[in-house]
Order: sequence, then structure tokens, then C-alpha cells
Amino acid sequence: MDNTNTEVIDKPIKSFYETPSPARFTGISSWLLTIDHKRIGIMYMVSVMVWFVIAIILGLLIRTELMATGSNIMEADTYNAIFTLHGVIMIFLFVIPAIPAIFGNFLLPIQLGTDDVFFPKLNLLSWYLYMLGGLLAILSLFADGPPDTGWTFYVPFSVSTETNVGLTVTAAFILGMSSMLTGLNFITTVHRMRMPGMKWLEIPLFTWSLYATAWVQLLATPVLSITLLLVIFERVFGSGLFDPSKGGDPILYQHLFWMYSHPAVYIMILPGMGVISEIIPVFSRKSIFGYKAIVGSSMAIAVAGSLVWAHHMFTSGMSDVAVFVFSFLTFIVAIPSAIKVFSWVSTMYKGSILMTPPLFFSLCFIYLFSIGGLTGLVLGAAGTNIQVHDTHFVVAHFHFVMFGGTGFAFFAALHFWWPKIFGIMYNFKRAYIAAILTTTGFMLHYIPMFILGVMGMPRRYYDYLPEFEAGNFFAGIGAYILVAGLLVMFINLLMSFKDGETAPQDPWGGTTLEWSVPSPPPLHNFVDPPKIKGYPYDFTEIVKANALKKGEKEL
Amino acid sequence: MSINHTDNKPSDAIGSRTGMWLFLYTEIMLFGGLFVLYAAYYRMYTADFTGAGKELDLIMGAVNTVILLVSSFAVAASITAIQQKSKKIALAFLGFAIFLGFVFLVNKYFEWGHKIDLGIFPNSPVMADSPHGRVLFFSLYYTITGLHGIHIIIGMTLLTVVMAFIMADKITAQKYVFLENAGLYWHLVDLIWIFIFPLFYLIY
Repeated sequence: MDNTNTEVIDKPIKSFYETPSPARFTGISSWLLTIDHKRIGIMYMVSVMVWFVIAIILGLLIRTELMATGSNIMEADTYNAIFTLHGVIMIFLFVIPAIPAIFGNFLLPIQLGTDDVFFPKLNLLSWYLYMLGGLLAILSLFADGPPDTGWTFYVPFSVSTETNVGLTVTAAFILGMSSMLTGLNFITTVHRMRMPGMKWLEIPLFTWSLYATAWVQLLATPVLSITLLLVIFERVFGSGLFDPSKGGDPILYQHLFWMYSHPAVYIMILPGMGVISEIIPVFSRKSIFGYKAIVGSSMAIAVAGSLVWAHHMFTSGMSDVAVFVFSFLTFIVAIPSAIKVFSWVSTMYKGSILMTPPLFFSLCFIYLFSIGGLTGLVLGAAGTNIQVHDTHFVVAHFHFVMFGGTGFAFFAALHFWWPKIFGIMYNFKRAYIAAILTTTGFMLHYIPMFILGVMGMPRRYYDYLPEFEAGNFFAGIGAYILVAGLLVMFINLLMSFKDGETAPQDPWGGTTLEWSVPSPPPLHNFVDPPKIKGYPYDFTEIVKANALKKGEKEL
Repeated sequence: MSINHTDNKPSDAIGSRTGMWLFLYTEIMLFGGLFVLYAAYYRMYTADFTGAGKELDLIMGAVNTVILLVSSFAVAASITAIQQKSKKIALAFLGFAIFLGFVFLVNKYFEWGHKIDLGIFPNSPVMADSPHGRVLFFSLYYTITGLHGIHIIIGMTLLTVVMAFIMADKITAQKYVFLENAGLYWHLVDLIWIFIFPLFYLIY
């Protein structure tokens, strides 16, 4: 490890921050017109974080309003608009793009041993579509009445409401295109640009998870696009395809919507699982348990996850056979997800654990994601589903998976690859404090919602019965602790720019290719052509080097 | 799509085609959603659908089908011409294909215009008195053929860009994957019409 470092210092290598690509651009245009996948990744990071903060504030407003019965800080209409925008922004502008667009863009080519994605210009176009979609979402806030339909845009309400749903739907349509093109780019890159000699089963697991995700993005997103387009046609021309008074069937809208939006939750979680699969072996100093099983389960989730959409609609009116089939398929998806959880835990078993902030976040992920996954089975079972359908139980469940899962995987990825991306190290102590605060706040925030849901408190309601007050009050307290934790995390990461130590090439002892290049990487990623390693998770060298260093210290 | 490569890299035609095929998948899924709606409503209102199908002009539809098939042939022929280094013939075939696309749109314009004159369009008073199946049939007709028409326009634009590239010698006998990809797109648009034609014009 140390040897490579001194080498780097000996012959100074310009990082990609100092080498614009294309070279003729300087200043701001060297970012806005860049085709370098690393710069695009960082542009995504900045914009995704802005959206994340906005959506957090909206979420906090919702929870503050709900801390006591009656109207506290806003009116019912405002409340409807705020929970709609919280959902739209979190889903389309944060959870879906966060890991693939930021870390995928930055790391996928490096993990494959190549210098860029296959279609660099298309990659930049995806970012512009993302920004355009975000801009429209913001505009819809101000143009005659913000949308109040919830992020699902269910007909007939989304067609009949007077608010500006059209703009938000257009935004979601454009964001879908952006995510689809990113997927297209990643698949082509994985197929055509792996470094010579890299076989399929030598691809790092994070890239594998992005590959599985990309297929879902590609095959599911167009269905959402057409559905949203039909909502727009319905509003503009009154085509009647979802309007019962003209013979249309609103249930068909729900089918088409969930045909995308259920696979979309796997678009959200699969890259997160990929991140965890990278972090756990590095800090266990042990080869990942069941590499092939994890690869297989990623693909299995991508396939099986596309066949379960109607479990969102058990109370919408479906034949009993359909309910049975979709309930059964939903249980099937639990198997590959469990394979992953078992593999992570087995990797740590008898490993030589090195506790660091990324591992800490990963452990929180495993715990929170497991709760989210298991409560998902409660919802997947047709009988219990009807009991808790559209209650706060659902809200708690999907926040455990989306936030406790993808969100925490995102935080883990931030802390894991921060030194690689920026070449600086953050403060560990503050990172731990942030992790503990967020996790504690998270539990206090969402666990009361499970109880409220079982008690029968519906989701999306502005007001509630007095018996739900205690639970909502505690949830509100949890929200503030959670946000405090996030604040500490962001401040800690930002402060590393000011007083962070320079990070070495491989601060953690990782084995995948990104740790064999300088931090931050040079423009073409590799100083010397990458060497093929065969299996990506072989830690013998790292363990030997560490033992050697330890021996030297003792001498 | 080969133009998207960074300059210092040899172009990878297979990769560019892979990207295009993946994109075509998304187009199929896009229209697939509409065909699902068609299937569901056809099952609910079979009699209305077959009745409304008779109102469409079979001759116009058949002529448009032939036009698109011939234009697809022209695009395929232009690829062969480029491979044999006959730049002018390739340009002529492409120009012919674009012209046929234009004729297709003109036909479509008269078809739509005629229907609109009869008061058949979404939310019209005529439609308000029609049975549900007829309303949905024509809503689907306008949505699907309209979206298909937009794809024809995109395809024509793409072929025009290809022509400009051939003239500027950016597409040559050695490097013609962009032409191939544009051709693939045009064939897909053609293929989608091959499904639209029987669903709307031949169902009675």
C-alpha cells in the first residue's frame, strides 16, 4: 500500500479535476460541457444533494404538522402539496438516481478497467434531462396550485384535480428518460468495455448490481412514460382511456403504473445492495461469501421483481386467483433478497473486522433493511395486506426499505468512496456520531408508524383521531433527531474540504480496481494499464501487507 | 450513435448497435403499454371495436403500409450502396425514403382531417353520444397513430442527419454504423405500423 503511495508522489499525476475533458473547455463550461464520467458523476452529486435537502425539509414539515391533532403549521391543501412533492422529489430526483448516477457514473468504468462509459455524450444528455425534469418539478410548485395527488398520480383524481399535475407528470416523464438512458449506457459499457481478459464472473459486485438495475430501468421505465403521457392526453384532450364515464378503466392505470413503479423499487434498492456487497468484504478482510449467489440473486431480483406489481392493488378489485398469484410471487422475491443478507453476514463471520464509518453505516443498513424486508412480507400476504392497506404501516415499511435501505447504503457509499472521489478523508468521530444519531432518530421516527398503522391510522391524511397523537408525537421527535444526524453528516463531509487529511490511494485496503488508481483518479482513470486480477475479492495481499506493517511497527 | 465516441478511441460498431437495440427495446415497451390497453378494451367492448374498425379507410391504411414497407427497403438499399461506396445512390435512396415518410404523413393528415370533419375526436359532441367502446377505439386510434406519427417525424429527421453526414463524408464505406442505427430505427417505426394496421383497419 505504502509503496504505491510514494510512487504517486514521485511522479505527480494530474487528477481529473485539473484536466478538463474535452480539453478546450475551461472554467464552468469544463463542467457543464464535459464528457468525463467522473465530472458528470460529481455534477449529479451536487444536484442530487440539493434535491435531497429540499425533500428532507418538506418531510420534516409534514411530520411537524402531524405532531399534534388539528392544523398546526399549515392548511390541508398545503399539506397535500407538500407530501406529493416530498414523494416525487425523493423518488424521482433522489432515490432512483442517487447511487447509479453518482457512484455508478464515477466508479463503473473504473471497476471495469476502462476510461469512460460507452456513450459519453449521451451520459451528459442524461444529466441535462435530469436537471430539466428537476426544474419542471420546481416550477410546478409555483404555477397555479402545486400538485396534490401523491407521487402515484392515481386517476381519476389526477385527471380531475384543478392543480398543476400536468407539469409534475411531465417532469416525471423526463426524469424517466434520463434514468433509462443511463441504464442503456451502463449495459452497453458492461458488455463492450470491460478491460481485455475480464470475464463476467470477475466483475465487481457493485457493477453487477448496476447492470441488473440497468435492465430494469430499460424495460420498466417506458411503461411509466406511456402511462404518464396518457394522463397528460387525458387532461389535455379528454381521451377517456382511464375515465369510467367514457368507458375507460381506472384500474388499468394502476396496473400500468405499478408495472413500472414496482420494478422501480428494485431500481432503487439493487445499487444499494451492490454498495454493501463491496463494503462488507473490505472491512472483514475476507472474500465475499457466495459471490455467484449474490450475482445470481441480483439478476433474480431484477426478473422476479418485474412480476409482482399487482400486490399494490389487493384492495383495488382483482380476481382471487390474481391476488393469490401476485401474493405468491411477492414471497418469491424475498428469497434472493435474503440470500444477499445471509451472504453479507456470513462474510463477516470469522472475518477480521475493521470498524470504520462505511462499515458502521452498512451494518445499520443490514438491520434496517431486514426490518423493511420482513414487514414487506406482511404487506405481500393478501390477508394481512387488507388489514394494513393504505395505513401508516405501509409508510413505515417503504421508508425502512427506501431510506433505511437505499438511503443508508447511499451514506455508506458516500463515506466509503469520499476519499477516492475527492482525495481527502473526513473526521471519523463526527461520522460515527452522525451514524448513531441518524439510526436512533430513524428508529424512533418510523417504528411508531408501524404501530399507528396496525391501529388503523390511514396514510396521507392531514388530521387524525386523538388516540394516534402519542405515536405521531414521538415520530416527530424522531424526525428531528434524524435530521440532526444528517446535518452532522453533511457538515462533517463538507468540513473535510477545509481540514481533511489527504487520502492515500487505498485508505481501506480494498481490492477492486478503483483502489489501484490515485485519489482522485487521473483523467483516463489508470496511470498504468490495469492488471487483470481474476477474482475481484482476494484479500491475501492486503492481509500480508497489513501483517508486514504491523511487524515493522512492533520492531 | 457512433459519433458519441471520444475522439481517440477506435469506434466499436457492435457496441453502437447494442446501444441502439437496447433503445429499440424501450420503444417496444412504450408501444407495448398502449397495446396492453388495446387488448384490455378490445376484450371489454369487442362489438364496438369491430364496428368502429369498419369506419376507417382500409385503402388509405393499406397504401400507407405499402409506403412504409417500400421506404424500409430504400433505407436497407442505401446501406448496401454505402458498403459499395456509391455515395450518390445511397443519398438517392435515403432521399426517397424521407419522401415516402412525408407522403405517409400527408395521407395520415387527410385521414385524421376527414375523421375530425365527421366530428370524431376525443371529447367531441359526436363522441359524447357514442357507445363507450367506440369512444375508446378512436381515443386509442388517435393516441397510437399520433405517437407513431411523431416517431415517423423523428425518423425522418434522423435520416436527414444521416444524409448530411454522408455528404460531409462522416459516414463512409468503412464507418457506417450511424446509418445502420438510423435504419434500425426506421425499420422499427415501420414494424410498429405493421401491428397498428391490422389492429385498427382489419379487425372487423
